Amino acid sequence: MAELGELKEKLSEIRSKIESDLQGISSSKGVYEYKKSVMDAKEGKIGSLMKEMGKIPKELKADYGKMVNEIKNWAQGKFDEMDEKFKAQERKARYEKETIDITLPEKKHKQGKLHPNTQVRNQIVDIFGSMGFSIYEGNEIETDYYNFTALNIPQDHPARDMQDTFYLSPEFLLRTQTSAGQIHVMENQKPPIKIISPGKVFRSDDDATHSPMFTQMEGLVVDKGITLCDLQGMLDEFVKKIFDEETRTRLRPSYFPFTEPSVEVDVSCFQCHGKGCKLCKGTGWIEVLGAGVVNKKVLEGCGIDSNVYSGLAFGIGIDRIAMLKYGINNIKLLFESDLRVLDQIDD
Amino acid sequence: MLVPLSWLKDYVDINVTPDELEEKLFSCGFEVEEKYEVGHDISNVVVGLVKTCEDIEGTHLHLCQVDAGSHGTLQICCGADNVKAGGKYPLALIGAQVYATAKDHVTVEGLMTIGQGKLRGYDSYGMLCSGVEIGVNEDMFPGAGYNGLLVLPDDAEPGADVKPILGLDDYIFDISITANRPDCQSIFGIAREVAAVLGQPLKEPALDYTESDVTVPFDIRVSAPDLCPRYIGHYVSDVKIAESPAWMKRRLSLVGCSAISNVVDITNYVLKELGQPMHAFDFSYLEGAEIHVRRAEEGEKIVTLDEKEFALTSENLVICDGKKPVALAGIMGGLNSEILDSTSAVMFEAAKFAHDNIRKSSKALGQVSDSSMRFSKGVDEYTTVMAMKRALHLIEELGCGKVTATKFDINTGNSVEPKELKVSVKQVNGVLGITVPDEDIVRILTNLNFAPKLNGDELTIAIPGYRVDMESYQDVAEEVIRMYGYEHITPTFIPTAEVTSGGYNLKQRSELKIKRALCAAGAFEGVHYSFFSPSDLDLLKLPENAPERTAIKILNPINIDLSLMRTTLAPQMLAAIARNQKRGILSGCVYEMGNKFLPKSLPLTEYPDERETICIGMWGESEDFFSLKGIVAVIADALDVKFDYERDEKTFLHPGRTAKVLCDGEVVGYLGQVLYEICDDMDMRVPAYVAEIDLKALSKYYGKDRKFIPLPKFLEEKRDFCFVMNKDITCAMVEKEIAASCEYITKIELFDIYEGAQLGNKKSLAFSVVFTPKDEEFKPEVIDGFVNTILSNLKEKYDITLRS
Repeated sequence: MAELGELKEKLSEIRSKIESDLQGISSSKGVYEYKKSVMDAKEGKIGSLMKEMGKIPKELKADYGKMVNEIKNWAQGKFDEMDEKFKAQERKARYEKETIDITLPEKKHKQGKLHPNTQVRNQIVDIFGSMGFSIYEGNEIETDYYNFTALNIPQDHPARDMQDTFYLSPEFLLRTQTSAGQIHVMENQKPPIKIISPGKVFRSDDDATHSPMFTQMEGLVVDKGITLCDLQGMLDEFVKKIFDEETRTRLRPSYFPFTEPSVEVDVSCFQCHGKGCKLCKGTGWIEVLGAGVVNKKVLEGCGIDSNVYSGLAFGIGIDRIAMLKYGINNIKLLFESDLRVLDQIDD
Repeated sequence: MLVPLSWLKDYVDINVTPDELEEKLFSCGFEVEEKYEVGHDISNVVVGLVKTCEDIEGTHLHLCQVDAGSHGTLQICCGADNVKAGGKYPLALIGAQVYATAKDHVTVEGLMTIGQGKLRGYDSYGMLCSGVEIGVNEDMFPGAGYNGLLVLPDDAEPGADVKPILGLDDYIFDISITANRPDCQSIFGIAREVAAVLGQPLKEPALDYTESDVTVPFDIRVSAPDLCPRYIGHYVSDVKIAESPAWMKRRLSLVGCSAISNVVDITNYVLKELGQPMHAFDFSYLEGAEIHVRRAEEGEKIVTLDEKEFALTSENLVICDGKKPVALAGIMGGLNSEILDSTSAVMFEAAKFAHDNIRKSSKALGQVSDSSMRFSKGVDEYTTVMAMKRALHLIEELGCGKVTATKFDINTGNSVEPKELKVSVKQVNGVLGITVPDEDIVRILTNLNFAPKLNGDELTIAIPGYRVDMESYQDVAEEVIRMYGYEHITPTFIPTAEVTSGGYNLKQRSELKIKRALCAAGAFEGVHYSFFSPSDLDLLKLPENAPERTAIKILNPINIDLSLMRTTLAPQMLAAIARNQKRGILSGCVYEMGNKFLPKSLPLTEYPDERETICIGMWGESEDFFSLKGIVAVIADALDVKFDYERDEKTFLHPGRTAKVLCDGEVVGYLGQVLYEICDDMDMRVPAYVAEIDLKALSKYYGKDRKFIPLPKFLEEKRDFCFVMNKDITCAMVEKEIAASCEYITKIELFDIYEGAQLGNKKSLAFSVVFTPKDEEFKPEVIDGFVNTILSNLKEKYDITLRS
């Protein structure tokens, strides 16, 4: 048992050596390095102990192994404990060091935004799309026939004066109204028809409040038994969704050659709810669209039997809605691509 | 159109307030754009009776004691030369508001409030006023034009408000008239509507007169009946030109017309009252004893009343005597037959001219008058007939001439009698969607002078000659509802309509998807005009024969800068970039999805190709060609296609930084950096990049089927290579060769570029290549085989070697 006694002594030396060595270590990295050296199977104070096994007499091997394991476990525990202690300190120091001024500006992933007109257009399409309207996009360049004549505005009609038209040839022009699309649809599609037709329109008007190009959306329903009541019902629904649930409509007589009766549709001011404010010029109402029952001459011109079918049509200014909704004060801002403008509207 | 309330009251009793009247007019289709009291700027001005008036020595001033009735007796200093004791004048009390005038006492320079003043040491407790100071001119009140105090009538009560005395309490309604109601372009026309909406009887203006048996030899003929369906002429003798009476001058003044002389004023009065332009020719200047209405001869000349000379064409209608044109029909009379003080006989004209011809002539000649504006809107023959009677009545009433028996009525046979229209009540209600009670329909149509007869469902009405807009049951429905009230419409939701499905179609959805993808990538959507300037094409330095120069011209542009339909979206994008930079936004990205317009023929004989195009503009110091390329690639990703790029040249882009964009071998656009000289010309401070992608060409990829590819069963292998090659070899060439070397390659990615002294005149490109196994895991030697093929192919083709 002399060997074992010797060994015991050796192990207790190792133990005190490790204990004193660990005194001089002050980081988790140091612990790791030290542990590596101690446990090294060839050179390590503990690691190499197993190497000795061969020299141990057979009957002592079990005891020897037990003792080696004991010290191994002891050392491991010691290292873990130290490691835990240093890591906690180190993390704490790191957190302190890494503390930032969280009020510094954020790193932006800059997204772009859809044009206000596109946003409004999408909202309108959502509303009417769910009512069963499909979307027809007509040409910006139209013929005199589709823009005027077929809409009951013959050559000598005073209504031509209402819209200063850009002509490209005696026959072709820049459409002055998206109503032009109505005729194409009615010529190519049998009732029931439910379409909206958004697009750019052009009038020779360029001043503080007019842009020679602006954006409209035409709506058309042709079916059996369509009435003025349906027009108001449908537009009521529309304005509630595009403005707010409180919004009401008011019809008042107007004139468009392609509808009869024709109405201007005012909405109750969504800012003051009818009390009168700057937006509604104190009247409580804002003019937003023109509408009416489709003139039977227009239906008949497209080969639709006006004894069977009737229709309603309405025209909305998309830019106007965008300006009203978002309070954009100048229509020209919509066509300048100034990022300070485009960055503001995101519905 | 300006309508004085007092004038309106001649034809209809108005038993409502001006506010209520405005409301009524509005509800039946006549928007009152503005409504104001004539003297709305004036307040606290009363009748002042000057009791004593003493000169203040050494000045032009007078010290007056003025009796202001209940306001007491006030001491007023007054500088007017016509102030005298016993006179009654407008007295502005302290706190009154009146017009301020310049030193000339005539030019109005805004408003002022009267305060207590001290002149030459004398206190003054108000101001005695001139006509100008209280907004009254000579036409509105005789004597008001004097440059001194306005003298009030003797019966004016001291202390009473001057407004009723001077007519300043009258109201003016500025009413907007829709194009379908030319019959309402007059005071009387509005009166008809007011009578209907108030349910009050309409009082016709007096039309009676007596014809003398005097005749003169004369003839009127119309040889262009298409442009002049009716021409009425009446000879008036014994004309005495004089001033019109005060009431007529006042009315004309209220509607913005200055009084000239009785005969001329009558024509203007009838125009305003009934809406029929009239003309009076000085009979002594009509040669050849005739009037001939005809198209002008080419180059024929006329000098109009305002002394402008016009050379005419056959598109213009002229009124001639036996020898020469004496009037530009419907637009303006000729100087040669103008009414002068010496005029002793006139030929009155009331005619209906084709409104589109007058409109076109007026526009073409640049000559606009009240008459031409009125004719352009349309005049009905009912009114033409009525107006002549009215004018002749006024001649008698004013005592300025004798109506003779020499008269003409040349017409094409149009009746001015009421026209019958039969409609079904059910149909009328069918338009409205409500059932208006029969008695209301009858009441409304009676008030509108349609003499309705109801027999079961059949409604017969008589359309008066002035209601040329009434044609069908839909028109009747509108008449009924605008008087019955739109508040009776009860909202319904197309209960009879069939169900349809709606929403965006594939094309619209795809476009929106692209827009959203571009936004997510940091680009803002902009919208620019569809037209641009010829100089925009020069800006791009496009050669004369560039296809972009074949652009559709607007025949009547607002100005040259908005005169061409755009054939490229780039110039406006450049302008937007420059505009942003000018406003201090020194980096950004904008895209526009819009049409360019490619004519198939010029001038247009068929619809042009409206080609949907995306234009992207990017600017900023930290941006480069590849940032833009990244945005362009977003479009490819959105459509699930792949773009290829080849070096290209554009007249407006950097010669070394321009590419064309291809999809499946088809050129679909370009991108590149804008030439520095263009940036300089546009005052840009940072580099700009622009791309244009032909969306129409890409539209065939909309809605491409996307199939799920199962994830690989076996581990992918990735190998990195660092190649050395000649500088003229492009990334795309290497990628293409690598891809062609092995069918298992699923990804080739450039991750480093190096050019430096170490490599001499060569460069290095580093790629990582992913091999994806299909049926079984790759063995290391298989991958080695792939790698060797890649290396040997690159070596052979481009002399590319691995970097050591």
